[in-house]
Amino acid sequence: MSIQSKDVEYVAKLARLNLTDQEREKFTEQLNAILQYAEKLNELDTDGVEPTTHVLRLSNVMREDVVQESLSKEKVFRNAPEEEDGQFKVPAVLE
Amino acid sequence: MTLFDLSLQELHSQFRSKELSVTDVVGEAFTKIQERDERVGAYLTLNEEEARAHAARLDDKLVTGESLGLLFGLPVGIKDNMVTEGLLTTCASQFLSNYNPIYDATVVSKLKLAEAVTLGKLNMDEFAMGGSNENSSFHPVRNPWDLSRVPGGSSGGSAAAVAAGEAYFTLGSDTGGSIRQPASYCGVVGLKPTYGLVSRYGLVAFASSLDQIGPITKNVEDSAYVLQAIAGFDPKDSTSANVEIPNYVSALTGDIKGLRIAVPKEYLNGIDPQVKAAVLESLRVLESLGAVWEEVSLPHTEYAVAAYYLLASSEASSNLSRFDGVRYGVRVDNGGNLLDLYHESRSQGFGPEVKRRIMLGTYALSSGYYDAYYLKAQKVRTLIKQDFDQTFQKYDVIIGPTAPTTAFPLGSQVDDPLTMYLNDILTIPVSLAGVPALSVPCGFADGLPVGLQIIGKAFDESTVLRVAHAFEAHTDHHKQRPSL
Amino acid sequence: MSTSKYETVIGLEVHVELHTKSKIFCSCSTEFGAPPNSHTCPVCLGHPGVLPVLNAQAVDYAMKASMALNCEIGDVSKFDRKNYFYPDSPKAYQISQFDQPIGLNGYIDIEVDGKTKRIGITRLHLEEDAGKLTHIDGGYASLVDFNRVGTPLVEIVSEPDISSPEEAKAYLEKLRAIMQYCDVSDVKMEEGSMRCDANVSLRPHGQKELGTRAELKNMNSFRGVLRGLEYEQLRQAEILDEGGIVVQETRRWDESQGKTFSMRSKEEAHDYRYFPDPDLVTLHIDQEWKNRIKASIPELPDARKARYTTQFGLPSYDAEVITSSKQLADLFENSLQYTTDAKSVSNWIMGDLLGYLNSTGQELSEVKLTGQGLGEMIGLIEKGTISSKIAKTVFKEMLTSGKLPSQVVEEQGLVQISDEGAILAIVNEVIADNPASVEDYKAGKDKAIGFLVGQVMKRSKGKANPGLANKLLIEVLKG
Repeated sequence: MSIQSKDVEYVAKLARLNLTDQEREKFTEQLNAILQYAEKLNELDTDGVEPTTHVLRLSNVMREDVVQESLSKEKVFRNAPEEEDGQFKVPAVLE
Repeated sequence: MTLFDLSLQELHSQFRSKELSVTDVVGEAFTKIQERDERVGAYLTLNEEEARAHAARLDDKLVTGESLGLLFGLPVGIKDNMVTEGLLTTCASQFLSNYNPIYDATVVSKLKLAEAVTLGKLNMDEFAMGGSNENSSFHPVRNPWDLSRVPGGSSGGSAAAVAAGEAYFTLGSDTGGSIRQPASYCGVVGLKPTYGLVSRYGLVAFASSLDQIGPITKNVEDSAYVLQAIAGFDPKDSTSANVEIPNYVSALTGDIKGLRIAVPKEYLNGIDPQVKAAVLESLRVLESLGAVWEEVSLPHTEYAVAAYYLLASSEASSNLSRFDGVRYGVRVDNGGNLLDLYHESRSQGFGPEVKRRIMLGTYALSSGYYDAYYLKAQKVRTLIKQDFDQTFQKYDVIIGPTAPTTAFPLGSQVDDPLTMYLNDILTIPVSLAGVPALSVPCGFADGLPVGLQIIGKAFDESTVLRVAHAFEAHTDHHKQRPSL
Repeated sequence: MSTSKYETVIGLEVHVELHTKSKIFCSCSTEFGAPPNSHTCPVCLGHPGVLPVLNAQAVDYAMKASMALNCEIGDVSKFDRKNYFYPDSPKAYQISQFDQPIGLNGYIDIEVDGKTKRIGITRLHLEEDAGKLTHIDGGYASLVDFNRVGTPLVEIVSEPDISSPEEAKAYLEKLRAIMQYCDVSDVKMEEGSMRCDANVSLRPHGQKELGTRAELKNMNSFRGVLRGLEYEQLRQAEILDEGGIVVQETRRWDESQGKTFSMRSKEEAHDYRYFPDPDLVTLHIDQEWKNRIKASIPELPDARKARYTTQFGLPSYDAEVITSSKQLADLFENSLQYTTDAKSVSNWIMGDLLGYLNSTGQELSEVKLTGQGLGEMIGLIEKGTISSKIAKTVFKEMLTSGKLPSQVVEEQGLVQISDEGAILAIVNEVIADNPASVEDYKAGKDKAIGFLVGQVMKRSKGKANPGLANKLLIEVLKG
């Protein structure tokens, strides 16, 4: 599998990144090198091997349904780039 | 000999006898930072005013004769990916350069409880992605042993600060070697605990299934004390293990007679000859203390780096999506629509390595590729873990070098990500298996420190610390200090 | 109508908010209507470093809902991340369930035009709700309120077994009733605690493969679902009639215009990059846990309906209507603690109560009528204390004040006059005042007696026992 410039463009869009032409070229090359290296994994037969998401075999970690105090308004908006009427303000989703 | 060469016990006894005050010790830290950090670059944010005030409060407490916290009065530097309420936390990223946290990480709360004094926040590779600390958005960190070389990464600031005497101890985080490798390069002790032993709550996530916080210290005993203070179940972290925490300090018996050591042949292949020599010499020291070692094979070692980069980057691509400029962080709004705001804020906020990994991870998870990359890597992870499980049926610890080389010159690998990734070939398998490992100084090659990696069974930090401590007791490497 | 040429195929995706006290992955309150962003914390605001911890009650509720929908509960369930950027989604991923949901392969039975039809349920999974966006500045900006982020939701996906808008409505009503009975949600479409998206396509009768579907959003009421689907059915039929091609797209129902509109989006096709959430661990659901939840499920609408027809002899239609709402069914059963006349209770509910709610547009929860009130009122009618006519007055009073019928009767002096002497006096007055009618009666016009009884009732302000009045009138007139 080799990754094309247009794939890099598609992935950048999914990840909400703008790439300059130069970056796109460079990433295409570098990602190809990394993915080519990853081809190595195909040397291994993994049929019937369980995937590992967690090394610890933990299960059923849950909390009781108990309400605790929420944040003060100061903390909620301490880092907000733009606030209006106790809400976070953003430009319109689409124009 | 500086104040920081005193052991924790010695410091505490001098606090009690009033020979020393916390103010003295904290003052010493800031003096060193003042003298040295312009050259080393370990710190991103200093907490001087609050630290000095805290020191004064602790000195007041000394008067009352109350019992002292486990890390009472010890000046600590915290890697800048652990959130500290009211103290800037940037992850060395432009995107978070103005981020003022609204809560404390669990480890930060635990340090406060243990009465350590926070000096400031430490430099790192942006979002912990990198192995040289050259990916910091602000400035690189330099290796105190040779300022033209890297300190390793991503916890480069954490390792360099301890080596340079700019903190009594520090916290780092390790995803694929980010505590152990810089500890090795900087000649200090770095411990990556078992996954799940230390809470991740408040550690800005890079790869959630691998990230783990651990101590970086001058010696093994300090490492045991710090681990004691930060380990333990946290109801805020669903992946935190609910296990009994042993007394790590009392495990440091010095006795390793009959210890069974496995040395993977894969870990000695293709490494720097001087590093190999230092490791073999270290094994002779351990043998002299009654341990036995045998060469073994961890056959899936060569697949670890590929599996790791797919898994870690995939998780990272999702973890870093929250940095969108809506609720916090540096928003770049050029008057366009929301989509433009997302793109601009993220493109300007993230450096090239972070973008590269987000791209790789997004691709690996995208429609049509999940099975080939992510799922395949998860299955390979299972095989790698099995290598460790099988080895630990017969052996108490696995030992090898921490890194294939010593610290390399700044700028030498910047444009070659794959080569850079391969520096982690000896630490990554351990991370994938989730088991604990510690890097302890075991020699020098051309004046640069070499680290010995001691790997233990899951939740058997006691044995790892005991072996490292016994080794340290019979060697002088950890006592060497760089001349700055 | 052109739609008759085609078979309509509808699948519904219904989101139901579970009414836990706290959010699914943090301890913030789920209370509705609080000031914006007052129920938020670092976790639900998606701050750096935070981690989710699963609310056990949400899992119990999801299991309960699954079982009530006849789903199988897997032994293993897990959570996955659904990645997409949107300002109402703080982490830019939603924690949801991809390939191991809580419930699988269920069904519910619906009744349309007297026929029962089984609608398959593909799956039920647990996930977190998003925040709320308000558009301001003439649409150039939006405000985000994160209070709703993290409210636990179950998404219930039906098989494409639904063949008409009416069936869709019946399915939703049945679903709502089941959720109500299980007491896992408030299920109010108007408040958004129940939301419905639909996949609609048409195909010529007899054709096996499905036509191209449109996904319909923003139908915020049962009526909206009905109208939206009707509109979409017609729209697609017209396209097909003209030999056109239905475009696969998402369309938004506009209630005020009564139309659906394409939600043209500049975004690329969705690529959600689902993967197991490494911050959460697997759920292993053992038999004991399943048994515990199973035991907590009350009698469900279908079972109640069957019981009402066999135990109380209600007509199937009445039983269907009454059991379609848990509150209504509970009112029915509560009434029967005070009277044995189930048919009468049913008649009052089906007629006066539903008529009142319909005409005032109120919800049952807004009226104050109790089962005791209705049951005792029927008892008063049986005993002859009040007439059926007076009962209507009493009933209206009970709806608004919640008073018991005896109190209403006493306060308003509504007791029926059954005293022969008192009625005889009125009878005599009426006879004296209406000589023409008296003549008519005597001339054999039996109908005249009805008029005279009416006069007695009028003079007694409706309180005279009409049977008694009739009897006394005849006795006096026949001499």
